Amino acid sequence: MKSSHNFRKASASAVADEVLGAAVGKTADLLFSMRAAAVAAYPGFEELRDWGRSRKMEVSGDLATFVRRFSDRLEAAGGAAHFARDAREAVEIVTNIARGLGAVAAVKSKSMTAEEISLNEALPEAGVTVTETDLGEFIIQLAGEKPSHIVAPAIHKDRAQVAALFHETLGSAPGLDVGDLVRVARKALRERFLAADIGITGANFAIAETGTIAIVTNEGNGRLTSALPAVQIAIVGIDKIIPKLSDLPGFLRLLTRSATGQAVSSYVTVITGPRRQGEEEGPSELHVVLLDNGRSPLASGPFREMLHCLHCGACLNSCPVYRAVGGHAYESVYPGPMGDVLSPLLWGMDVYADLPDACTLCGRCAEVCPMRIPLPEYHRKLRVLRAGLKGEAAAWKAEAPAILTQHPLLYRTALGIMRRVLSLGRRLPDGIRTGLPGAWTVCRELPHPREGPDFRSWWEKRKSCHE
Amino acid sequence: MKISLLLTCTADLLYPASARACVNVLEAFGVEVAFPRLQTCCGQPWLNTGRLAGARRLALHFLDVFEEAETIVAISSSCADTVRNHYAELFPDSPVLRDRFEAVARRTYEFCEFLHLVPGVKEMPAHPHPVRTTYHSSCRTLRGIGLRGVAEEYLEQMFGADFVSLPENETCCGFGGSFSVKLPELSGRLLADKLKNVSATGALQVASLDLSCLTHLSTGAERLGLKKIRFFHLAELMAGALT
Ligand code: SF4
Repeated sequence: MKSSHNFRKASASAVADEVLGAAVGKTADLLFSMRAAAVAAYPGFEELRDWGRSRKMEVSGDLATFVRRFSDRLEAAGGAAHFARDAREAVEIVTNIARGLGAVAAVKSKSMTAEEISLNEALPEAGVTVTETDLGEFIIQLAGEKPSHIVAPAIHKDRAQVAALFHETLGSAPGLDVGDLVRVARKALRERFLAADIGITGANFAIAETGTIAIVTNEGNGRLTSALPAVQIAIVGIDKIIPKLSDLPGFLRLLTRSATGQAVSSYVTVITGPRRQGEEEGPSELHVVLLDNGRSPLASGPFREMLHCLHCGACLNSCPVYRAVGGHAYESVYPGPMGDVLSPLLWGMDVYADLPDACTLCGRCAEVCPMRIPLPEYHRKLRVLRAGLKGEAAAWKAEAPAILTQHPLLYRTALGIMRRVLSLGRRLPDGIRTGLPGAWTVCRELPHPREGPDFRSWWEKRKSCHE
Repeated sequence: MKISLLLTCTADLLYPASARACVNVLEAFGVEVAFPRLQTCCGQPWLNTGRLAGARRLALHFLDVFEEAETIVAISSSCADTVRNHYAELFPDSPVLRDRFEAVARRTYEFCEFLHLVPGVKEMPAHPHPVRTTYHSSCRTLRGIGLRGVAEEYLEQMFGADFVSLPENETCCGFGGSFSVKLPELSGRLLADKLKNVSATGALQVASLDLSCLTHLSTGAERLGLKKIRFFHLAELMAGALT
């Protein structure tokens, strides 16, 4: 995490990267159009969104109770529930479990919650090597990078880059096509699966009624990660809770259609407790780390519905800003519209002060968000919060022009002056292009008033002619 | 039928011709236009930067000026959107003010939406100078006002086969108010993408219902040396067709 993030700087260098822009744009477009087609093909989708929101409202309205219920039921099913107030506690819980087992190798299926607590950095320090088993995450790990999309972590890489990476790190032939690249990864991963002591997963849903976790994947790596190693550790944000097992199908419909436009993902792994006597597969120990890390306070505040996020990524794919800069410019695990809101809330407005500005308020994300989270409104609210932190002097500086504008005569005078200044156009001295005009003219010329009299004079003249 | 014109500060400063065209078109369809002279700006710059004290001031000033108006017609979508969808929530603690703002919101329209819904204008005459024309449907027109397809239909009537729709027409042009100056490199990138789509249509005219987008697009086109493309408020093209 950065101590002070500068989105203008990060985004300016990202928009200059043509390969990045093309790669992100291509995949985001594809995901966006597949979502649109899947939603169009499912007539009840709008009602389903309302239903999903109401179920999540129930959970966020009484979060502590639902967390307790989930952990009770999990323990009743033979699993172990751990509570982590923050990232440090979560990491400690996981590394303690690993040390207790004397583990040396872990496989991991994709988990943004594990990214949130930087688990991959902490485990090697505890003597455990970690292998990412989701293809995208595997690519990212080989490259020594961070995911740049919450669903498609390697969205910023094109095929040629991946082929070169595999050639360098895995010794595969250069210039492989997609099919061959997948085969190379599968072969490398198979050995790691068999050697692992621990399987680390996230969860897309945690069902309070039964203490069940559900993992959605397309590659089956989630299933292998949770089934092969003797011990499974799931890192689960407490926002992942849904009330009942009977809610799962509805939420799966919402999630897969919104994320990848699929009616159903290739795999849905549903796990209730560890392996029971007489069962043939599954881990003998199941640990679920329930991560708070700033989530509980959201439930009672103005950003409550952020807790309803399914991490489907639809808002990223629809966002003009995300599509132009990709995920890394946000310098957070959570990029795009949902990240603009979540990052300052989880890590502080001082760290991510400018992410609420990474939004044109175009409203497209709110159109696609399966949970109807009012993302543009939340961006505005964060700007209000931030303005409140800037103190009296800044508040006055902002309000003074409003007082002037509220006064018709002063407003008209000021506008008249601006109009005259702007009509000078190219004859304006260069010195004037600092501050606001300076920022405006980074990519545009200064506007010049259209020819003819201003509207007010025209109106007055016309009226006097008519009279 | 009588309306009060919400000029908007952008038209007041930069686009007198667009405002004149709005008046002329409305009158051509039998609408009586009043212009409340004390109006200023709707307050978006404050609203969008989280400066609510300033936004409240201008919302209250708007109420002073327009509360008596039978119907309000705004020249630019984003201003209509502000009045309709954002004023009332500025006063969460005053049910009375909320009610008054909600009442005035219900009587506020964007220009093209008004023509379509109130006088119910069905048909625009053919334009005497058919030129290849495209339409930028701004985000606030689409998702704030909820107007889809109406302007395009009028344009098709005026320009026939010379009207071409813009690829990726639901994508933001990158203006975004304070966004345009806080993140100008990014704003410029979205702008360039939008203008690339405009160029691809071969259009020489771009119409829109949002004057802020038009300012951003036209000054951006000037920077990129796209000299042949001209930018208009839809009303200007309608006024041309009606004379
Ligand atoms: S905010 Fe909505 S659209 Fe974005 S990831 Fe979360 S659920 Fe999906």
